[in-house]
Formats: sequence, structure tokens, C-alpha cells
Amino acid sequence: MSETTTAATSEGKGLLAATPARRIAFAKLRDFALVPAIIVIAIIGQIVNPVFLQKDNLINVLQTMSEIAVLVLAETLVLIVKRMDLSLESTMGLAPGLAAWLTVPKSGHGLGALPGGWAVPVTLAVGLAVGAVNALLIIRFGLNGFIVTLGMLIVLRGLLTGVSGGQTFFNLPSSMLYLGTTEWFGVPVSVWVTLVLFAIGIVVLGWTGFGRSLYAIGGNIDAAKAAGIRTDRVLWTVLVTAGGLAALSGLMLSGRLASVASAQGNGDIFTVFAAAVIGGISLNGGKGSMFGAFTGVLLLFLIQNVLTLGGVPAQWIGALNGSIILVALVISRITGGKVQD
Amino acid sequence: MSKADESIMSTVVPVAQATGITKRYGSTVALRAAHITVEPGQTHALVGRNGAGKSTLVSVLTGLQAPDEGEIAFGGAPAPRLADRDAWRRQVVCVYQKSTIIAQLTVAENLFLNRHARSRGLIAWRTLRRQAADLLAAWSVDVTADTVAAELSVEQRQFVEIARALSFGARFVILDEPTAQLDGAAISRLFERIRELQQQGVTFLFISHHLEEIYEICDTVTVFRDAQHILTAPVAELPRADLVAAMTGEAASAERGVHPRSIEQSAEEAGGKPALSVSGLSGPSAGIGGDTGYDDVSLTVRAGEIVGLAGAASSGRTEVAETVVGLRAAGSGEVLIAGRRVRPGSVPAALAAGVGFVPQDRHHQGYVPGMSVADNGTLTVPDRLGRSGFLSHRRRDTLAATQIENLAVKTSGPDQPVSGLSGGNQQKVVMARALANDPRLLVLINPTAGVDVRSKEFLLDKVEQTAAAGTGVLIASDELDDLRVCDRVLVMFAGRIVAEMERGWHDHALVAAMEGMEADV
Repeated sequence: MSETTTAATSEGKGLLAATPARRIAFAKLRDFALVPAIIVIAIIGQIVNPVFLQKDNLINVLQTMSEIAVLVLAETLVLIVKRMDLSLESTMGLAPGLAAWLTVPKSGHGLGALPGGWAVPVTLAVGLAVGAVNALLIIRFGLNGFIVTLGMLIVLRGLLTGVSGGQTFFNLPSSMLYLGTTEWFGVPVSVWVTLVLFAIGIVVLGWTGFGRSLYAIGGNIDAAKAAGIRTDRVLWTVLVTAGGLAALSGLMLSGRLASVASAQGNGDIFTVFAAAVIGGISLNGGKGSMFGAFTGVLLLFLIQNVLTLGGVPAQWIGALNGSIILVALVISRITGGKVQD
Repeated sequence: MSKADESIMSTVVPVAQATGITKRYGSTVALRAAHITVEPGQTHALVGRNGAGKSTLVSVLTGLQAPDEGEIAFGGAPAPRLADRDAWRRQVVCVYQKSTIIAQLTVAENLFLNRHARSRGLIAWRTLRRQAADLLAAWSVDVTADTVAAELSVEQRQFVEIARALSFGARFVILDEPTAQLDGAAISRLFERIRELQQQGVTFLFISHHLEEIYEICDTVTVFRDAQHILTAPVAELPRADLVAAMTGEAASAERGVHPRSIEQSAEEAGGKPALSVSGLSGPSAGIGGDTGYDDVSLTVRAGEIVGLAGAASSGRTEVAETVVGLRAAGSGEVLIAGRRVRPGSVPAALAAGVGFVPQDRHHQGYVPGMSVADNGTLTVPDRLGRSGFLSHRRRDTLAATQIENLAVKTSGPDQPVSGLSGGNQQKVVMARALANDPRLLVLINPTAGVDVRSKEFLLDKVEQTAAAGTGVLIASDELDDLRVCDRVLVMFAGRIVAEMERGWHDHALVAAMEGMEADV
């Protein structure tokens, strides 16, 4: 008798709890919207070329996408607070470029003014400084963020071209090569760095007051202020962090290529925006998750990889890259089921 | 009130007291030696026309702005420093008209934004959700903590905001026009909730343009006019006419003059064709894009007739009106304007057929805030401003000047941006635009929402004049004052027309029909 009562009560509780639990599950599902698409691409890839699912090829995909992925991470932070940073692609070139210019000997087109050990700190400092200038202009002086960062994109690219004389820096100090060339447990360090950064990003955005304040600011900045969030301070942090991450991304790329070209990062910002939107980050702020952003980049680069394995000629890759963005957008619209904004 | 009561009241420490408050913005005096005293456990109304100083008083009372002169005290103790936001929030909170709920976040997160529950430095979502559920239960707000705020109704959002306000410890809540966006049923639920909270020891300062609401829910009323305190009195002892007089500074006529007009005669002038004839109109069913549908709606508006389309917010009245003006297309059925069939779902076609239109929400669809009064007023009639696409500024300003005079818009001139006008005058500009093409059919959706008493009377007078000149008018609203000017009122409920009432209906019967109940009069 008493047993039946208990059973009935617990069942009742279960029913009550069912609705919210399902809601959470659904909300979480949105983060995984691209996972089916990624699986489909993997299957197609395997059919096109059995090399696709081999460890070396997958690591290769991860390493190729690692630099862009870090840029996407930075842009995701900026987009969630309803801002934009176009200058990331130029920062990605300028930061390692300046470091190389100062540390590389004359034979590698540099000045050789600083010892090689300074290269990494200089790179990161340049990135943070660019972020701080952006923040100063946008937040302190209230200028239009889109145009400010567009201006910065052009200025920074010009600076790198001016400093390098349009040439490529090589003979980079070993500290700059470390991220792009070393392997831990058979996987390049740049892949580890990317994965760790995204893991940190997921935790920060989902489980810290700072992370949640980004969503609050992007959703309704007045309400965020009313809740006591120091909105200006958060925005500063986001823009400066984004600059720093762009510099890190540049460091990874120049490490992998063992050189800094004056066009490093040129045009990458479009891929970055595309990956973010495909990954479910709203350009209107306040929406999207770090995991979603990661799946966005992954999907883009997997499709690219499948095409390369399928033997598409290199001359056509440019046209295809654009189409891939559109196709990936369509796929994410279908699997995500929601109107993108 | 007896002598004994009075002596008891005077010994009670007021929840909030402001004395001798003066606040200037440049040369404008927003408050001049104003004062207000709110007794505990009361619901205190604060009324005044737009620009009377209510908003300034609220921002001073909530510590958003420091007064130039004067003192504020809560429960007898002086107010905290302006920088100490948390201390203010423990004393007083304001639920503003503009929601401070973040639509993208869940209810739970909105409630505990920036004060999340934590364990080991990270947010403890489980604890946070439990706290939110407890809080919602404690104030009996019927919302699930995990719901994304975007899915809440306006009403639910308000309840969530009130619960959040109370969770800071404040027991004095300012409600700034809480009923402006609610329909009748939701308003009565809100009032029910206010009464419950009052019994739990919460004091309210209630700001509203709707005088009936004040008589229904409030104990005491304070009137502000021209930046000054005019009177404070128990609501029960203040007749409606005196209250309006205090607000406007002049004795208001209790009844508006009815304009003489003959519907039959005007109908003949228009060639016998009705201004609007809708037959068998069915719209998309509920759920598509969050809109409510309507089903098999037929109605006729004769020339010179004012027809009301009443109903609760989800009854489909707004959707029918929007279909008539081409903002949406019907699934089936026909709309004839002055006997002519109009291409469905096309606003230009409707305008060309002679429709003038005041949309539901002036902020969203009514006007372009940055544009001038003249530009907004003439937005629908570019062809009258010049030929082949070029606009003559001189003609525009002449036309706008006529409009400004015609509708008594209080503005510094046709070049003033509409965003700088008060709510009532903004609505007049929207009305002016609707009248700009001398419409045969005037469609008004909630034409007096968020408009002060005088502007409201003026706008409704204008509607009657327009009808007297032979225009057919359709008013979709749940505001009894709007419907009072109608020759007949069609009542919609759940997407269907359920009743028709001739002029002279009883409020009681109309409200009952709008709520889907049988009228028992």
C-alpha cells in the first residue's frame, strides 16, 4: 500500500519535471545542430576518398583550420556583445609581422633589433594594443564599430606592407615556429591550442558571470546596465581579448609556414564571419554558443577537404570556397531549422 | 475617513517620501518644489498629462538622477548615496514600460543576472534554476524558470520583472504604465496580482493614463501638472470630473459633443457603395508566426459610419484590420473598398483605393522617429508633393502646416523630428498622415494607446468629424473610450465575430462579450 503511494508520488514528480527537462534538452540540441551535417559530410568524404577518415587527414584538417578557428573564437566573443571586428584579419598579419621585423636578421628582410626571444611577447602585445585602440575609438569615443574596424583593417594591412616593403619575412626565430611545428602526442601544438581555447571559451561563456554578461549586453545593453553589469569594462575586455587572440592566430600561421607574408590573413575575415554565422552566432548579438562556432568552422573545412580529396583543380578552389560558404549556410539553415539573423 | 483613521495614518512612517524636489534640465524646469508621500500597504496613483513631471519624479525616486533641491526618505531614513545602486534597489524598484528583460536569456538567468549562484567560481546552473523556481513560486508567478524570455507574453514578462524587483528586498514598487500593452483579461489578472501583493505588504506607486484603472485599483491619487504637485486625495473622495480637471487645469466637459451626421445621406453621396465590405475573410490559423488567425469574418462599414471592432488582444481584431489595409493577406475571402476589390496583402493598393490607416504600435509602424513632422505626415502622399518622383519641399511644408493646424500638433515647426514630440502629439502626426489622402475608409488600430486624456478626446473628436464628412471608419480596439464613438460595435472572440451592439451598449455587456462570456444584461 505504502509502496504504491510512493511510486505514484515519484511518478507525479517525474511528470512535473518532464517539461523543463525536455526544454533544456532542446536548447542544448540547438548547439548540436551542425553535428548531423558534419556526419553526412564525413560519410560523403569517406565515399569520395577512403583517405578522408584516416588520422593523418583529420589532423591535417584540424591544423589547417586552427588559425581561422581562433579568429572565429575571437569574432564570436565580439558578435555576442553585438559588435563587429573586421580588423582581426589584419591584426593576424601585422602582429607576427612586426615581431618578425624586429627580430629577424637583415638576411630575412628584418632589422634584427631584438633577440629572438622577444618575438612572441611582441606579437601578443601588438594584438592587445590593436584591440585597445579599437576599444578606445568604439567604446570611449562612441564611433561606429563597423567603420572603425574597417579603417583599422586597411591601416594595419598598410602598416605591414610598409614595414615589410611588400616582402616576406623568413628565418623566423625558433620561438615563433614552436606553435606551428612542434607536435605533442602526434598532434601539432596549434591543434591543441585551438581545442584548449575553445574548451576555455565554452566554460567562460556558459559558466562564468563574465561570459553571461556578454549575452546580456548583446541582448539588451540597457537591461544589462540596470542589472549592474559594468558594460563598458566588459566591452573593453572583449575587444582587447579579440585582438590578442588574432595575434595568437597569426603566430600559429606564421609558425606553420615558417614565414610572415605581407598578405598574411588578407581576406580571411569573410570566412570568419561565414563560419560564425553557420555556427549559429547571430549578427544581432546575444545569441550563439562557442561549441556552435566550432562546429561552424569544422563544417567549412571538412567540405573544403572533401573537395580537395575529390580532385577539384586548385584554380577552382576560390569559386568553390564562396559556394561552400553558401552551401554550409543552407545546410545549417536546414538542420538548425531557424531563420538566421 | 474618520478623525481616528487620520491620526493613525499620520503616525505611520511613509514608505517613501519626497519633499521640495526641484529638478532642472537647462532652462526647463521638470519639477518645481514637488512632493509626494506614499503610505505603506497602499496603492498610490500618480497621474498627470504627458510632460507633467511624472517620469522625472520616478527617476529621482529610484535614484537614477539626483534632484537639484529637496530630500528623499525611505521608511523615515534618508535615501542612500546615488552611487550605491544595490542600496537603492533594496528600497525601491521601478518596472518600466520598456522591458528590461533580455529576450535571448532564460527566465532564471534574467532573474539572477549578474548575481548568479556559483560553486567553485563557476555558475551553478542547477542551483540557479532552483532559486529561480523558488522565487517564481514565492510570488506565484506561473512561468517555468527555463523558458527563454522571448517566449513570454508581455504580461508574463511584467510578472517576472516584478518578481525580480521583489527579490532585491524592495517592498515599494513603481509601475510605469503597466497596462499600456495589455488586453482586458491580462489587466484584470495584473490587478488581481497587485491586490495579492498588497496583502503581502508590498506598496505600489501606479502610473497610468487610464483613469478607470485608478478608480479600480488605487487607494490614493496624486496629480502632477506643469512640473508641480497639484493634489493628493483618497481616490474614493475624488469624482472623476474633478480628477480630470486637476490634470488639465480646466473643467473638462464630461461628455464630448456628438457631431450631427447622417449616415444614410452620406451613403447616398458615395453612390450607395459601402466604404468597406468584407466577406468570408479567413486568415492563417493560430501558430503561424505567432499570429492569431480569424475565421469567416464578414462586416460592412457604410460611408460616414463608425464601426468598432472590439476584442481581446488575441481575438483577431488587429489581424482583421491589418488585412483590410493590406499589411497581411487573408487565406480566403474578399475585401472591397468603396466597392472595388483590392489586391490582398498590398499596402500601396489599399492606399490607392482610399484607405487611411493608423497602425497598432506607433513606435514600430507609425512613424520614422528621426524624420521631421512634415516628412512623416506626408509619407503616404508623395504624388501630391510633386511630379515624376521629385518632391517639392514647399508643397510638403504647406501640406504639413495644414496638418499641424488641423490636428493641433504641438510642435516647434514642420522640421522638428517626431521623436522629440510627446506621445499624444506623435499619435496626432500618425493620424494626420492617415488623413493626408482624404481617405474613403479610415482604419484605426488602438488609436489612443499611450495618449493623454486631452489628446485622446481630441483624436476621437477628429474621428467623428472625419466620419461626418462621409468617410467610413473602422476602429479596432479594446479601449472602451475608443469604442464609445462608434455607431455600432462588432465584438470578436477567438477569431470570430460573436456579437454586434448598437450605440448605447453597456460597458458590462461589451466587456463580457470581449471575454467570450454571454452578456447577462
